Amino acid sequence: MAQPLVKKDDDHDDEDYSPFLGIEKGAVLQEVRVFNDPQLDPRRCSQVITKLLYLLNQGDSFSKNEATEVFFSVTKLFQSKDLGLRRMVYLIIKELSPSSDEVIIVTSSLMKDMNSKTDMYRANAIRVLCRITDGTLLTQIERYLKQAIVDKNPVVASAALVSGIHLLQTNPEIVKRWSNEVQEAVQSRAALVQFHALALLQQIRQNDRLAVSKLVTSLTKGTARSPLAQCLLIRYASQVIRESANTQTGDRPFYDFLESCLRHKAEMVVFEAARAITELTGVTNRELTPAITALQLFLSSSKPVLRFAAVRALNKVAMTHPMAVTNCNIDMESLISDQNRSIATLAITTLLKTGNESSVDRLMKQITNFMSDIADEFKIVVVEAIRSLCLKFPLKYRSLMNFLSNILREEGGFDYKKAIVDSIVILIRDIPEAKESGLLQLCEFIEDCEFTYLSTQILHFLGNEGPKTTDPSKYIRYIYNRVHLENATVRAAAVSTLAKFGAMVDALKPQIFVLLRRCVLDSDDEVRDRTTLYLNTLGGDGEVVETDKETKTLLFGALDIPLVNLETSLKNYEPSEEPFDIDSVSKEVKSQPLAEKKAPGKKPTGLGAPLAGPPSTVDAYERLLSSIPEFLDFGKLFKSSVPVELTEAETEYAVNVVKHIFDRHVVFQYNCTNTIPEQLLENVSVIVDLSEADDFAEVLSKPVRSLPYDTPGQTFVAFEKPEGITAVGKFSNTLRFIVKEVDPTTSEAEEDGVEDEYQLEDLEVVAADYMMKVGVSNFRNAWESMGDDFEHVDEYGLGPRENLAEAVSAVINLLGMQPCEGTEVVATNSRSHTCLLSGVFLGNVRVLVRLQFGIDGSRDVAMKLAVRSEDEAVSDTIHEIVSSG
Amino acid sequence: MDSFPVVKNILLLDSEGKRVAVKYYSDDWPTNNAKLAFEKSLFAKTMKSNARTEAEITMFDSNIVLYKFVQDLHFYVTGGEDENELILAAVLQGFFDSISLLLRSNVDKREALENLDLIFLCLDEIVERGFLLVALMDKLTAN
Repeated sequence: MAQPLVKKDDDHDDEDYSPFLGIEKGAVLQEVRVFNDPQLDPRRCSQVITKLLYLLNQGDSFSKNEATEVFFSVTKLFQSKDLGLRRMVYLIIKELSPSSDEVIIVTSSLMKDMNSKTDMYRANAIRVLCRITDGTLLTQIERYLKQAIVDKNPVVASAALVSGIHLLQTNPEIVKRWSNEVQEAVQSRAALVQFHALALLQQIRQNDRLAVSKLVTSLTKGTARSPLAQCLLIRYASQVIRESANTQTGDRPFYDFLESCLRHKAEMVVFEAARAITELTGVTNRELTPAITALQLFLSSSKPVLRFAAVRALNKVAMTHPMAVTNCNIDMESLISDQNRSIATLAITTLLKTGNESSVDRLMKQITNFMSDIADEFKIVVVEAIRSLCLKFPLKYRSLMNFLSNILREEGGFDYKKAIVDSIVILIRDIPEAKESGLLQLCEFIEDCEFTYLSTQILHFLGNEGPKTTDPSKYIRYIYNRVHLENATVRAAAVSTLAKFGAMVDALKPQIFVLLRRCVLDSDDEVRDRTTLYLNTLGGDGEVVETDKETKTLLFGALDIPLVNLETSLKNYEPSEEPFDIDSVSKEVKSQPLAEKKAPGKKPTGLGAPLAGPPSTVDAYERLLSSIPEFLDFGKLFKSSVPVELTEAETEYAVNVVKHIFDRHVVFQYNCTNTIPEQLLENVSVIVDLSEADDFAEVLSKPVRSLPYDTPGQTFVAFEKPEGITAVGKFSNTLRFIVKEVDPTTSEAEEDGVEDEYQLEDLEVVAADYMMKVGVSNFRNAWESMGDDFEHVDEYGLGPRENLAEAVSAVINLLGMQPCEGTEVVATNSRSHTCLLSGVFLGNVRVLVRLQFGIDGSRDVAMKLAVRSEDEAVSDTIHEIVSSG
Repeated sequence: MDSFPVVKNILLLDSEGKRVAVKYYSDDWPTNNAKLAFEKSLFAKTMKSNARTEAEITMFDSNIVLYKFVQDLHFYVTGGEDENELILAAVLQGFFDSISLLLRSNVDKREALENLDLIFLCLDEIVERGFLLVALMDKLTAN
């Protein structure tokens, strides 16, 4: 290791040769001593620094002591005038990132270099100093930095400007004082300096919209001296466009500038401009066209980078403006066979979004060849794109279903397989012609399926759909095979499915009973229990009778109760003479925390059962109310609202209220907290003024006897309202109580108190209070099975709105219903939207709503409202709510 | 999108994925192990592709990575997923051109290791803490 950097010719053929072979930290640290030699050897010192840098670069780290020692030795090297060595010194100082007390040692040397005649010294010393300095030193060198910004040498000016960009994060007030110099540098003839000055100037002014706008205006007229500077200008121009979008109407500022950049000779500028145009909010087709054309040219480039960039940008456009991209389809199709797999995947998913009916077959052929050599994550993207394509072109189900069943048989992980199965299920549900072939594909899949979850889900699905087909018997073999060949979970699911066939298809009953009896002796108790239950209830003891509706509902009916609610109710049930009543379980789906909501909301409903909500507070309310004898004859609680705050935070008394809705009564539960330690409140009640709530009549008020400090108490006020009317109104509330002083030392209250009042905020009862959010898993099925007996359709104008999303959420909130199948999400910029809602109205009447929205150029929103429910009066009520809301 | 182009790292690896010289400009990979893991999986993902005539590109962990292979050296430049791909391509080209200039067109690992000091200087001058700096400007302004 004496002279490791000297070439050894005889080693030349050895492939593993490295000048750093066998290098060791301890030995290198010893070598650092040469920095202290009175006669410095610049070459040897450079070699040692390279070794130190090599060690650091390979991931070695120096201890605090080692680093300090190296740092002090390095400072000695400022004595040498050797240019090459000095550059290595700058480098190692930056890498060692010395502590502030060490920095002082090199400050004077670096400041000397900052004022040196050698440009290279000035530029590098600025970068090093700005990198290692803290705020205090900065004020000392500020003067030199301002000078450097306008230095004749572009490298020096750039070093100062780039340092300024970084210092702006830590010392903004100092850097902001350099505006004039930076402004001057923007005019520099050196392309490099202009680029850096532009970036720094925008950073300094980024919070001043007008200033940025002025900057862009002045520069778009002049010339940017480099493609990079031009790219910066495009970014700042689109930022100005974004920020002025809400304040201005009419022509977009700077659009012409962006459009002119599409003809720039540098590709990076063309691309930056094209992408900026496609990302404009509310971009029109006319604005898009030139950008799409520019990107289209890149698609056939010989450079992978250009193809990738273009296809990625077009893929994004296809999500919002599929029609605008169709012109590129031919170029896009040739990219399916691109060597670069990322490009090919992006091309396929774009095509699937923009493709038309006639191109489907050709596209599927191309994709089939491609599927085998991409990763699972890409495959899932492709499967999802194919699903939406199939829903778009139902006539093409045959080739798409074929494709799905082919890839289902190939190798793949769980998520991939689940995506395929989900897609087939959705196609079966939505395209009736696809049902029989789809079910058979699923049957064949479970013959050889390694995922228990998928097998059970498919068996369940077969049980629902199979009996309704023309020849149910052909599925039996597949199902019964599961009973022989699978684990207990799958066997249990198969038994249930068999029983369903038996219950629904009388002709098959004798055979099914024979098969079921063979399962009675299964080794698993769940399988045995299920079998016995089915045999007994379906009448497997010989005679074949038609299974009555009640039994079917009991065995296979949907349990439209959130499982969690059922679980809590069962836990609370105490064994007694009275049997457990399933009707007492609340049906309300509690709103889930946002994070959880996102996931299921995004996905279309596939196999998975509807997600159960978290534990509800409803039964807590129910218990509380039923403990109060006065409320017992109000009947069953229909719904409780979320608490509404009636006081500001941090006031003397904190009060919120929960609205409990009964058939003919409404109860307000006021939760009061006394936040003053020196007071005891007694006989606390709420006085409610009904002058703006005509339909209500107060029947009783239940005060809190005593409300000590920081112990919440509840007072109730109950009202009567006419049955079957969604009475609404505004209630003004006053808290009335007797206040007694409390001695802080003894915590004892005085004998006498003073009567006092405290004004609370108003409370409203709105139509949504009579509606419970209850979702359905398949809206279409629910809608159809509800029938149009009590359908009521009408159209409404909602007037001008900010955008469609705002109108949609306003109507959802007004009705207080549960959005289904993710339809509460409105795609940005869409002109129309359909939203599906489901709920249960007071009196346990199921209600389904289909809303169709459209927005026109002047942002006027029109809405078509179709309601189906089990009660004509309720359908009409929904319309009344909308027309008065 | 950042208001100016940002480079997250520049890597020079050998034909087995081992470091010749690397420089990280962002905090996305805080420890040496995180950096090594990134290099390892990036190398595994890209090693089979043909990036010898033209620079290639891929998405990797929500980053855009540009790469080019010459002899037994693998050049990589990483940027954020919203970065202009063509600017990153220019950085890669600038990096590659500078190295081949410094190595007098003998672009291979052995030559690179023997001139490692020059390569470190080059990495230092292309990008200052993520912000494009000097070396490639000449290339970029040539248009």
